[in-house]
Amino acid sequence: MTPRPEENANTASYGHELPPEDSAAPSKGTIRVLQLYPRDMNIYGDWGNALVLAQRLRWHGYTPELLEYNVGDEFPADVDLIVGGGGQDSGQLVIQDDLLSRESVLKDLAEDGTPMLVICGLYQLFGKFFKTRTGSVIPGIGILDVETHGTDERLIGNVAVSSSEFGTVLGYENHSGQTTLGPGVSPLGTTAKGTGNNSNDGQEGARYRNIVASYLHGSLLPKNPALADFLIKTAVDRKYGSFSPGAPDDSYADLARKHAGRRPR
Amino acid sequence: MFYFSIPLGKLVRRVSRLRGGGSALPGLVVEKIDPGFMRRTLSTLPHGVAVVSGTNGKTTTTKMVVELLESQGLKVFTNRTGSNFTRGVAAALLGEVDWRGRLDADVAILELDEAHAVHFVHQVPPRYSLLLNVLRDQLDRFGEIDKTAQLLQHIAAKTTGTVVLNREDPRVARIAETLNGPDVLYFGLDDSLLSTFPNDDEMRAAPGSPVPPAPAKPHADVVLRRVGAADADFEYDGVTATTPMLLRGVYNIFNAAAALTLARAIAVRDGQVADNDGLLKALAQVAPAFGRGESLVVDGLPLDLVLVKNPSGFRLGLKSFPAAGYATMIAINDNYADGRDMSWLWDVEFDTLRDGGVDQLTGSRAYDMALRLQYDDVVIGGVNTEIPAALATFISGARDKPKRIFCTYTAMLAIRRELAKITTVEVVS
Ligand SMILES: [Zn+2]
Repeated sequence: MTPRPEENANTASYGHELPPEDSAAPSKGTIRVLQLYPRDMNIYGDWGNALVLAQRLRWHGYTPELLEYNVGDEFPADVDLIVGGGGQDSGQLVIQDDLLSRESVLKDLAEDGTPMLVICGLYQLFGKFFKTRTGSVIPGIGILDVETHGTDERLIGNVAVSSSEFGTVLGYENHSGQTTLGPGVSPLGTTAKGTGNNSNDGQEGARYRNIVASYLHGSLLPKNPALADFLIKTAVDRKYGSFSPGAPDDSYADLARKHAGRRPR
Repeated sequence: MFYFSIPLGKLVRRVSRLRGGGSALPGLVVEKIDPGFMRRTLSTLPHGVAVVSGTNGKTTTTKMVVELLESQGLKVFTNRTGSNFTRGVAAALLGEVDWRGRLDADVAILELDEAHAVHFVHQVPPRYSLLLNVLRDQLDRFGEIDKTAQLLQHIAAKTTGTVVLNREDPRVARIAETLNGPDVLYFGLDDSLLSTFPNDDEMRAAPGSPVPPAPAKPHADVVLRRVGAADADFEYDGVTATTPMLLRGVYNIFNAAAALTLARAIAVRDGQVADNDGLLKALAQVAPAFGRGESLVVDGLPLDLVLVKNPSGFRLGLKSFPAAGYATMIAINDNYADGRDMSWLWDVEFDTLRDGGVDQLTGSRAYDMALRLQYDDVVIGGVNTEIPAALATFISGARDKPKRIFCTYTAMLAIRRELAKITTVEVVS
């Protein structure tokens, strides 16, 4: 006899949820992690970055509080860490005006040293502008001294980046905008495999204060725990004066890095 | 009239068969020397050509439409072997036409990949098109979901008769607004089933975020009202009919509503309504297509293979096939046909596997999968990137349990090859 699938139960939420907390140890403190525009800018596994921050905070003994900010929402206070993702062209159009209206609060947080991770689409919009192939200019919020130009060429594939801060950073790129860095920022690293910011200078991503900006999906943070822990340590240091790390088990991350690093472009 | 390209193409086809070659070469030859071959041949069909496209479920849906129409006594030409590209259609046609280029069929039902379908409809404007869905699948090939939607829009615009659209996929349903030529029919879902079909926009949202308001729903020709353990309810012409189903998985059964809609449109003859009872009877007999939720037998117990290739598909697979009582393996490859980007694994939630854990992980990206499960607090039995070894461990470790393997496309092929050594596996030509 062949088994049959049971009738499907309806679930109320389509959204992602954190696994339940099962630690009995007292928390070393709470860190408020804000996802920027998860409704419109959250493609190619950007949820993975938020999940990794939340779970690693737990594994380090802290309590994550996951917040989100979408178009039209009130901007939450006391944010300790910000993460934002990529979107389709349509998603970028939806958030564009709202993001510009939040320029000053985000700039203040950035200048103040709030750790932030911005991927792909939000990396571009954290820069000065995005100029499309047809010449129209989409203004960014100018936190990062970078500019992006739309092209006909889509840069797609596995990427390995050599970073002096984080070692080898692994991920997957998929973008047609090409970004050039100004003197106000430094690159996240240089590409050993893949293209990165643009097809000319071999650089990938941008660093400014405690902001990490990158084109890499994958998701980025799961396979790059050093980067995740930099964001977490910075957030905890700023809030509590010091960070006492736990001992997350990174053996799967190490093996995933080893195998991913060998895969073709 | 006599066209020398046909004997020549058939000859190439025969030679390339003898040499064990694929199906594309003869198609290429006939395309080069006789570019009008496909259009000319297909234009003779009394019921015309129907194109089935979309990200997910093309193969099963095409198979269903073919079997539904055959139940109505129609002779159907289809690209059965999954050569869902233009040249593959030309090659399949060469195999079917006689030496004078005549095709003995009433209608052609063609499964076409989105990008290839656009090329195809420029050569052969179809009378019907069925557009299933736009999901995150091979984004590294097409770049963006919106671009895939544009490809489908193009197919719809070239359709001369009737376009059948998924009412529940906003990107597909919206195509109707751009059309002024063809008739539009929808297939739809009961509201109570909607949440089992997260679209990518909804899936990306975090908990608590408002889902954008749905547009007013047009009337659907066929609505899937209920999915039971071994049956389903379809509503059409104002009545709800219950039918037993061999197909497994709620997404396959939703595609049955799509197939029913298209078949009803094609099978209308001389203004008479289609033979709904006959169609439903045929639908009940449809068995799953290759790899999409099929059940084999190992050690006297079922082993289910569930093909997963994008986040929606994986989510639906996890929902459609509950884990309780089963041993579970996941096989993730990142070959070209699977897609190289592993980001999609992070858009799937694995909480349903938390109770029982996962017995084995395998494939070239087994450790990416392990990492994903670690972050969802799912316990992992073992990891081995080598599929044959992992499969052997999985089977010997769960002799007393039914088994289920979620696998990407090339991982599924590898698993079937291994299983063929110990059980009878359907051979695919
Ligand atoms: Zn991107």
